[in-house]
Amino acid sequence: MIDLLNALVVLSNYVLIPALAYGSQLALGALGVTLIYGILRFSNFAHGDTMAFGAMVTILVTWLFQGWGISLGPLPTALLAIPFGIAATAALLLTTDRLVYRFYRQQKAAPVILVIVSMGVMFVMNGLVRFIIGPNDQRFSDGERFIISAREFKKLTGLSEGLAFKTTQGITIVTAVIVVVALFWFLNRTRTGKSMRAFSDNEDLALLSGINPDRVVMVTWLIVAGLAATAGALYGLDKSFKPFIYLQLLLPIFAAAVVGGLGNPVGAIAGGFVIAFSEVLITYPLKKVLGYLLPDRLEPDTLVQLLSTDYKFAVSFTILIIVLLFRPTGLFKGKSV
Amino acid sequence: MTEPFLIGESMTGGYGRGADILHDCTIAVNPGEIAVIVGPNGAGKSTAMKAVFGMLNIHKGSVRLDGEDITHLSPQDRVAKGMAFVPQTSNIFTSLTVEENLEMGAFLRRDDIRVTMEQIFDLFPILRDKRKQAAGELSGGQRQQVAVGRALMTQPKVLMLDEPTAGVSPIVMDELFDRIIEVARTGISILMVEQNARQALEIADRGYVLVQGANRFTDTGAALLANADVRKSFLGG
Repeated sequence: MIDLLNALVVLSNYVLIPALAYGSQLALGALGVTLIYGILRFSNFAHGDTMAFGAMVTILVTWLFQGWGISLGPLPTALLAIPFGIAATAALLLTTDRLVYRFYRQQKAAPVILVIVSMGVMFVMNGLVRFIIGPNDQRFSDGERFIISAREFKKLTGLSEGLAFKTTQGITIVTAVIVVVALFWFLNRTRTGKSMRAFSDNEDLALLSGINPDRVVMVTWLIVAGLAATAGALYGLDKSFKPFIYLQLLLPIFAAAVVGGLGNPVGAIAGGFVIAFSEVLITYPLKKVLGYLLPDRLEPDTLVQLLSTDYKFAVSFTILIIVLLFRPTGLFKGKSV
Repeated sequence: MTEPFLIGESMTGGYGRGADILHDCTIAVNPGEIAVIVGPNGAGKSTAMKAVFGMLNIHKGSVRLDGEDITHLSPQDRVAKGMAFVPQTSNIFTSLTVEENLEMGAFLRRDDIRVTMEQIFDLFPILRDKRKQAAGELSGGQRQQVAVGRALMTQPKVLMLDEPTAGVSPIVMDELFDRIIEVARTGISILMVEQNARQALEIADRGYVLVQGANRFTDTGAALLANADVRKSFLGG
């Protein structure tokens, strides 16, 4: 019995909780990608760097607040700075749309052209972020590090295994839940939200119904700014901030959006967690967990790590390919790629 | 003769920069009337209706609504002027519920839309039962009802239907025609394109037989049905 509990604790500590936090971050990122795909009808490769930009502004404002001595006590100051990150990201995205995307929209450019255009935007944004904050690691978390630390947990439960729950993980999960609930409320209950779904569903009929496409596009960018800046800041808070990491995050985020079904918000969330759990589970050495669960004779000698963490992106790739082969519209009904 | 409520007069034009499809084609309808456009495949029936709705370029002729020249208005602006259009395909929001489809139809309206929605549920009672269901899950006939309902939500003066009975069973077709007559009785002008020429002409106040983008016969529905030439050429004897 104790063995079972210990196994569960080890699994939670190294797999379930980190994957839950990582999955929340991916889900928020994938929601942004899927909204753009559904409404603006292209895959936005600049999304990772949009997240980086939002995170960067959040960091700069956090430093400013820390300099002024403003803090949230046990919570990280960055939470106060996220709204500023969102505002700056919204301004960046609306400007980009005005300067770049709108031109191609008016030309009725094919989606593949917009994808290439978004790659250009990606390089510019990436350069912008590195120019402002530099290419290095930045730390900006403060406040309490743990909601519950491994040592406290051991003392509390008497188990031999510890369970650490980081503040940033807790904040990530709670924030993601709030953002997702708010987003779904908006999409399903408000006039503007419904008009966005209608526009995504059938653009011509939406126009015939008098839905203003410019407004739908603008609101979409604003929501995407909110999602991207929040996701970027949470990821930076939970891990650490490094501009290039966000470029790499693009793959699992796209995998999540495609696996769930492009254009489908529920799918984006499900996809985020599918990718996160697979990635963490497959790259985690299961030796300890199995050690508790299996009888002594069967205890594995090796680490039982299916894949080295260096190859974690292969997991997203593999899932992506499997889904595209067998269910091209994703787990939930989305548009086929 | 007084000017009809809606008239597309001597329209000549085609899609984009392509060849002309319509040649000096005239289509008109009055309040409470049903006007039907029939003709063989490729006669430009749908094209004529789309021209009236502003979906293609006409470089000769004009479209007037209640005496006002609307030739150069976009389809969206014509919706605001009181014209509603039900396309032949993709005419509903499949992922939205029936109720949301109707709400989107009334997007331009800022007043209370519940009364209109109740009227539509009275017209199509099945939609009331399925109001919370995604429109894409409905049968073909029910989808057409959603499509017509969505268009009626703007409280239009003119309702334009592009082959409303395409792909539905004969029973559903009769039912739809009955509903269309009911709508016309409320004073709305109806302009529709129909593949089922005979049944459509039976309910039509005006009929237009188009051939190769031009008017061939124009008369009341009954007169066209009685016309030997029309019967022989277009109604299969």
